[in-house]
Amino acid sequence: MITEEINDEAPRASAYVCEAASCMSAQAHDITLRLGERAAEAGLTDVMIKRVGCLGLCAAGPLVEIAETGQLFGHVKPDDVEGIVKALKKVKPTDTRQPQGPFFEKQLRVATENMGRIDPENLDDYIERGGYEALKRVLSEMTSTTVRDEITRSGLRGRGGAGFPTGLKWTTVAKAQGTQKYVICNADEGDPGAFMDRSVLESDPFRILEGMAIAAFAVHATEGYIYCRAEYPLAVARLRTAIRLAQRAGYLGAGIAETSFNFDVQIRLGAGAFVCGEETALIASVEGRRGTPRPRPPYPAVQGLWDCPTLINNVETLASVPTILRKGPEWYAGIGVGKSKGTKVFALAGRIVNTGLVEVPMGMTLREIVYDIGGGIVDGRPFKAVQTGGPSGGCIPAEFLDMPVSYESLIELGSFMGSGGLIVMDDTSCMVDVAKYFQDFCRDESCGKCVPCRVGTTQLYMLLDLITRGEATMDDLAQLERLAVIIQKTALCGLGQGAPNPIFSTLRYFRDEYLAHIVDRVCPAGVCTITPAEVMA
Amino acid sequence: MPIPYTKPPAPSDDKRWKIVQTRMRRGGDRPAALIEALHAAQEAFGYLDTEALNFVGDTLGVPHSRVYGVATFYSFFTLKPQGEHTCVVCTGTACYINGAKDILAGLDRALHVKPKETTADGKLSMLTARCLGACSLAPAVIVDGDVKGKVNVGELVAQLEAM
Repeated sequence: MITEEINDEAPRASAYVCEAASCMSAQAHDITLRLGERAAEAGLTDVMIKRVGCLGLCAAGPLVEIAETGQLFGHVKPDDVEGIVKALKKVKPTDTRQPQGPFFEKQLRVATENMGRIDPENLDDYIERGGYEALKRVLSEMTSTTVRDEITRSGLRGRGGAGFPTGLKWTTVAKAQGTQKYVICNADEGDPGAFMDRSVLESDPFRILEGMAIAAFAVHATEGYIYCRAEYPLAVARLRTAIRLAQRAGYLGAGIAETSFNFDVQIRLGAGAFVCGEETALIASVEGRRGTPRPRPPYPAVQGLWDCPTLINNVETLASVPTILRKGPEWYAGIGVGKSKGTKVFALAGRIVNTGLVEVPMGMTLREIVYDIGGGIVDGRPFKAVQTGGPSGGCIPAEFLDMPVSYESLIELGSFMGSGGLIVMDDTSCMVDVAKYFQDFCRDESCGKCVPCRVGTTQLYMLLDLITRGEATMDDLAQLERLAVIIQKTALCGLGQGAPNPIFSTLRYFRDEYLAHIVDRVCPAGVCTITPAEVMA
Repeated sequence: MPIPYTKPPAPSDDKRWKIVQTRMRRGGDRPAALIEALHAAQEAFGYLDTEALNFVGDTLGVPHSRVYGVATFYSFFTLKPQGEHTCVVCTGTACYINGAKDILAGLDRALHVKPKETTADGKLSMLTARCLGACSLAPAVIVDGDVKGKVNVGELVAQLEAM
């Protein structure tokens, strides 16, 4: 038992210990246990030590927060526990939460509203924060049509990356022919440097189950699957616990919330194939086969899992659903910019001070995200680029830091929203090397089904390797550009079509670095090992 | 018409087969349970040998060729026994730009082991991971299940040599 309620009455003071993966790997659980022991030894009977999900500021883990005052302790070591106990002693009933600085204050939390506030394995905690209100209202007051209508009006779009309107997808599945329909939650978060879905699953698993149940009601499905990476053992364990607790409390299974609605969820583990994030490959994997994509149409909404109409939504999309229905579609549509409504969760990583997880309104500028929230670049070095969208995305240079972030603006810049990884790079990164890194990723993860991707990504990689070794000619560069266009136009699925994107965007903004490698045989960032020219001759 | 088949008995009286059989039964002993079954077998035995692959295939009614195809498609499955200890080096973007390359080079130099290899004495297997999602700890590695962040190559080599 980790959540230690020493007293039945509401506690005077509470310490929230972050027990999401990042803090856990910094021995956060020991801190929780030690805090409990020390508080008991100090005779504090009116305090609560609670394990919570991700507090967001992963860079400073392990994190402990005094909930009443908002005081945050970072890099907590076993010896610091004493100080936290002292702070708990000082908390008065009149205390209010103080501002915690721009990292927290500039955020707007929807999908992550319970993150760091509830114990992820405690259903009562979730319900106390408004959990299952939306599902109950849906089942008692709404029809599947009005649910779909509210989601459409909210302007919610797929948070997995492509930004397909969620309401439209739901309507397509609802109207598809077939008695058996499925809902799948895509939790195969494969982009390197992206950990939004993992944090949501680890911090607030009931929210996903509620979102899936609402989606199932709206599209007339009775069975659901969560396809989760096997590399996320903590997320899988918390999901399994949440499913068991929800079933026991009547929020999953037959006759949910005392109505005639039936819906149950199973977990399917991925096995380390990036391509399985693509929906048709994901379906093949859930069916127990090799995860290879197939041409679309037919789309999974019409012909998906076991050829039945199937709704596939990303974790963050489903996590937004309960809040949208609780607070109303107009509220959600009022946030954001243009056609990009609501909020987006980003994982900040790379050469940035405040690595961690943030949720901001669409339309916030990159500068605000990187400098105000992210705290700027490590060691005060110059900003060079921010990489978004994973292996199908691109690198955005400093001159666009004031661009508001939305689905449309990122595509205009030759990048891609993707699942939400933001990797910040400074002058120690060579952009050709970064392009090569992503190409290496794509050629390794190519499933091998279609020729453009299987052969083409390897050829692109070899050309980039030549450039980084200083052995390429201008003809090789021309060949690289030609081949990249062919692959983009002819590959079967998003993996292959998106594979050349890092090359396009680095060529667009950092062409001089390519030329430096080819013409001058130098790597401006000093990353690549270039063969000296005389050896070549 | 599906070909009727009888479920084979466990290859030996090793109790771990029971765990694998239970997981398959929970999946209805149908072909759709193949990946779950392979996960169960790998958890139980550490890797998937021909015996395990064939047993799983025969139980679920999946041809051996297809079982092999699935097991080799997914990088999470390994068909070779692992060393006594494992070291997984994260090569996600954040770790890459923070020096994962140097870690790989350092391990190769000091211990003569490359990704997906095991040292000659069978003590250490080295693997790479696409992304551990521990980007705030970059560069990160996992040594025998424990995540280590902000890794220093020299310290890591010393730790691995001491094991």
